[in-house]
Amino acid sequence: MINIDIQKQLYGANGNITLDIKLQINKGEFIALTGYSGSGKTTFLRILAGLEKSSGTIKVNDKIWQNQNIFLPPQKRKIGFVFQDYALFTNMSVEENLLYAANDKNLAKELLQITNLYNLKDKKTTSLSGGQQQRVALCRAMMNKPELLLLDEPLSALDTNMRKQLQKELLLFHKKFNTTIIFVGHDLAEIYNLTTKVFTIQNGKIIQQKINNNIQTSITTKIIDIYKIDNVNYALVYINDQYLEIELKQNKNIGDEIICHINLT
Amino acid sequence: MFNILSQLDFTPFLLSFKLAAITTIILFAIGLPLAWYLSQSKSKLKPILQTITALPIVLPPSVLGFYMLIVLSSSNIFGTNLVFSFTGLVIASCFYSLPFMVQPLQSGFEALNQNMLEASYLCGKSRFTTLLKVALPNIKPAVLTSVIITFAHTIGEFGVVLMIGGSIEGETKVASVAIYELVEVMDYHLAHIYSGIMIFISFAILLAVYIINGKLNLK
Repeated sequence: MINIDIQKQLYGANGNITLDIKLQINKGEFIALTGYSGSGKTTFLRILAGLEKSSGTIKVNDKIWQNQNIFLPPQKRKIGFVFQDYALFTNMSVEENLLYAANDKNLAKELLQITNLYNLKDKKTTSLSGGQQQRVALCRAMMNKPELLLLDEPLSALDTNMRKQLQKELLLFHKKFNTTIIFVGHDLAEIYNLTTKVFTIQNGKIIQQKINNNIQTSITTKIIDIYKIDNVNYALVYINDQYLEIELKQNKNIGDEIICHINLT
Repeated sequence: MFNILSQLDFTPFLLSFKLAAITTIILFAIGLPLAWYLSQSKSKLKPILQTITALPIVLPPSVLGFYMLIVLSSSNIFGTNLVFSFTGLVIASCFYSLPFMVQPLQSGFEALNQNMLEASYLCGKSRFTTLLKVALPNIKPAVLTSVIITFAHTIGEFGVVLMIGGSIEGETKVASVAIYELVEVMDYHLAHIYSGIMIFISFAILLAVYIINGKLNLK
């Protein structure tokens, strides 16, 4: 259980606001924060990470990270943080980036294999694509087995296919390591796909909370086109006046009928 | 030409290089933590510290030299009179060349992606480890610039050296002072040769910096 009750004065482009957030997160939960830019989302994540000071209390699994008397520095909090701009160590290789966080070669290998990066482990990070760099950042954040993983708009700089791929890997990590995750983002489809609770922040305060029930339905349709991206087969289908791209797991041909499972939220 | 060079007394040049090398090493040790602090600090004292660091750029060397004379000649501070000694010269040079070491390093650190440094803290690493393993390797061009420019600037030093060191053969008579003396006694022939060598050395050093930095930046 993570208990957060923090306050901080912010001086932003929208004038002075008071960030005042009370939040309880269960262990293993994957929640989302959304809201206009300047509403205090990133500052909130930075406060959780210990990168910025605030008044109030943060308690993670019975350990106090901060209160009136205690302030644990970022080094002492078991935090994984994925920055929007990746923030990889450009002087190190992919594997070195991971081992810098924790010298555990087996875990590094496992994480890199899950994200299809193991064959790139000796490459300099600057030679990787944006999606690959973001995956390295995600793996690095997982290396010290964080109690809380913070994702600051990690997918917003990527193209649609890469986003889908990374969403899948995020869900996989979440399942495998049972990490508590806070995800900051704007894309509602993405947020509902990933998380179970959505909090909307406005002017520093939580103004709305929604539970994502993940209602599913199935529709039968025909395949219009099939193509391969990054070793994954995709089928193009037409549903509800829209072309949709879905991952193809069976052997199918253009014109075949398939059943699509769709989340209704 | 080789005949002239082989008969030349190179002691002033060797002295200049020795002074520049020692000054550069000392200043790197002092300048690195100072530049790192200035780049990361949000303290109100920072502008004051920055101003003090930059003062030697704008002050006439005679002003710095005058105060250094007073400080170095007082045996209370260093235990002995350091005026007209090589050690005194090194101390004066360290003050004189400080901004040339600190400023490029500081700009290098400030240009770093601060998220990268924070990512290192979140990996559990201290500020010191972050400086050594993440910050420094990512500002190689700035390190090279600051070291070489400090070295070159110390070789080119004249005013402070003259005031603090005087011109003692083999002890404080560095190349720039030697040339000044040659001109004073109107030995233009030797002054030409010494000056030519200085131009050649300075040109070669600066050219090397620009070529290597160009290559480092391409990487």
